Amino acid sequence: MKLTGAQILCESLLREGVEVIFGFPGGVVLPLFDTFPQYPKLRQVLVRHEQGAAHAADGYARATGKVGVCLATSGPGATNLVTGIANAYLDSVPVVAITGQVARPFIGKDAFQEVDITGITLPITKHNYLVLETGKLAQVVKEAFYLARTGRPGPVLIDIPKDVFIEEVEFKYPEKVNLPGYNPTLQGHPAQIKRAAELINNACQKPVIIAGRGVIISGAFDELKQLAETAQIPVVTTLLGIGSFPESHALSYGMLGMHGMVYANWAVDSADLIIAIGMRFDDRATSKFSEFAPNARIIHIDIDPAEIGKNIRVDVPIVGDVKKVLEPLLKLIRPNQHLEWVQQLDTWRKEHPMVSARIRNATTLLPQFVIRKIYEVTRGNAIIVTGVGQNQMWAAQHYWYDRPNTFISSGGLGTMGFELPAAMGVKIGKPEEIVWCIAGDGGFQMTLHELATIVQEKLAVKIAIINNGYLGMVRQWQELFYQKRYVCTPLSCPDFVKLAEAYCIPALRVKRKEEVIPAVEKAMETDGPFLIDFVVEPEENVYPMVPAGESLAKVLEEPQKEAQIWSQQNTP
Amino acid sequence: MVSTKHTLVALVEDKPGVLNRMVSLFRRRGFNIASIAVGDSEIPGLARVTFVVNGDLTVVEQVRKQLLGKIVETVKVSDLTDEDIVVRELALIKVKAQAGSRSEIIQIVDIFRADIVDVAQDSLTIEITGTEDKINSFLDLIRPFGIKELARTGRIAMTRGSTGSEEKSVKNAQESLEN
Repeated sequence: MKLTGAQILCESLLREGVEVIFGFPGGVVLPLFDTFPQYPKLRQVLVRHEQGAAHAADGYARATGKVGVCLATSGPGATNLVTGIANAYLDSVPVVAITGQVARPFIGKDAFQEVDITGITLPITKHNYLVLETGKLAQVVKEAFYLARTGRPGPVLIDIPKDVFIEEVEFKYPEKVNLPGYNPTLQGHPAQIKRAAELINNACQKPVIIAGRGVIISGAFDELKQLAETAQIPVVTTLLGIGSFPESHALSYGMLGMHGMVYANWAVDSADLIIAIGMRFDDRATSKFSEFAPNARIIHIDIDPAEIGKNIRVDVPIVGDVKKVLEPLLKLIRPNQHLEWVQQLDTWRKEHPMVSARIRNATTLLPQFVIRKIYEVTRGNAIIVTGVGQNQMWAAQHYWYDRPNTFISSGGLGTMGFELPAAMGVKIGKPEEIVWCIAGDGGFQMTLHELATIVQEKLAVKIAIINNGYLGMVRQWQELFYQKRYVCTPLSCPDFVKLAEAYCIPALRVKRKEEVIPAVEKAMETDGPFLIDFVVEPEENVYPMVPAGESLAKVLEEPQKEAQIWSQQNTP
Repeated sequence: MVSTKHTLVALVEDKPGVLNRMVSLFRRRGFNIASIAVGDSEIPGLARVTFVVNGDLTVVEQVRKQLLGKIVETVKVSDLTDEDIVVRELALIKVKAQAGSRSEIIQIVDIFRADIVDVAQDSLTIEITGTEDKINSFLDLIRPFGIKELARTGRIAMTRGSTGSEEKSVKNAQESLEN
């Protein structure tokens, strides 16, 4: 049967299991939008800016493990997707981005709304396609979804000229992909797995597992838990690895890195064996490469061979899918104890807790307190979607995550404005879950237009703005490294409560500690979206902190000075 | 570690944009390409690309992994630096040749087993193939006569002996291209 290119695209998307497309129409994609009513199973979500479509597809993909799909027209529509595509690339999120292109005869003529989007996205996609033959469209869609979700996942872009949407050709969905150069290694090398087991069984007193997002992508939550428990190995996670191991577990020692826990960073620094699983030694996690885990031998399990030895020397590299590597590894691991080491870590945790006396006893509203109360009211059952900066770090530090895919955050690219559109995608992918969007007052203003989408789609996203009147993380750096010269970091905000009302979203403002729990409860009891503007202490800093370029051992806690000021102020 | 010249050979699908992807990857990862040569391979649908890369072993290993892992159309990448290989480059040189100097130039051409491919009133065009060193030595001798124009290809290389591209990855690629 002959179908138009637009119909072929819809048929192919349905065959790939697509349920929802986040998109925005425009000139060259009109034939496609005109075809959508024939395919009622493809839900359309109209965003207010294409960046929102890309982030929503990203959030949807992280929450569900399925491929997220976003759609934009040519030219500005396509370029507006770029930040979202780069975000998905850096965090290995399976997204298929579809863009319209000017009709084939106009390509290369600087036509109206023409842009070379395959050229632009070359370094930020796993692969991309410009479809010049309608007969190849189905094959391209098949390959794009296969590439996006297999191996190390990532975004794939398909650029489709307007006349390809209109042209009619015979449709047959291909049964298999034809990618001779693409063969991700899934099974780990048995000899390397054996070497790793020998190190874990016989050659360490102070082992630490560093778990990354690869554990979550691979679905290896149970295998990781079994490894840690069998050999009694403490686990720390990267920022994006949060949720790969239950944080309430006795062997969980939180997050490492620039704003990681003191005990997590010291554990890695003192370890004699690092088992790095599904992580890529990002500079925010390792800090100074040359002084990372100086006494440790390193086992590195990752599906991407190019990550092995890229930043950190590795003793036992194992290229493969985390789950498929851990399964045979577990068969070789003997039950073991590292009592002294675990006791050491527990002592550090007791002596250097995340909540200082100052935070505990503060009378003003601190952001850490807000996050902790959201945890209490939601009983730790929410999916938390964060912005980037202080709000992100507090959400990572002060909420406890026991399930995979419950902490959704922009890690590699650090995209402010990710939070609201991503939360939208998460809620659409997981309608049964409680979804809280933790935003800063700065990042929220970058994509707040998606409030309209949330209302139009009737999405019960609960929004907590941690409002300190600053671009807080930048201000913190200015305070610590630029002698408090707050250049372009104080920012005025709209009245967020009135703003929410303008979008017909119920909202509250909270300025005092005792108002927090009732407000969060009110948000939970209310059907549909809810916004709370938490006006917090303006110059609160994120600690612990490893100064950029230092080793993890040099992690700083709250300076004594601040603690002293507090104690003077609060002496009766 | 020591920075040396490495010869990498890649088998890639012959599709539009592949070279762009490779060169763009080199640029954004900060790798330094000394030369690049592209052409058909023995397998229809696959092209063979020879790169010369400057860098220490770690850098070159990253280049290899990045090319293989990050570009979907790459079937195979080998570092031939430490292998027993035949290496060739080709140069075309247009050199000033007056009646007085012509015979001297022809003598040098003979010694180097180069060829004269075009003759004009006051110039000769010479074709020479060989290793980079051989071509450089030839150019040193020819330069005093006055080089009017010079064009050089990048290096191409092949291992000595009877082994061809019989690896599994290549076989699989060949089969899937035939389907």
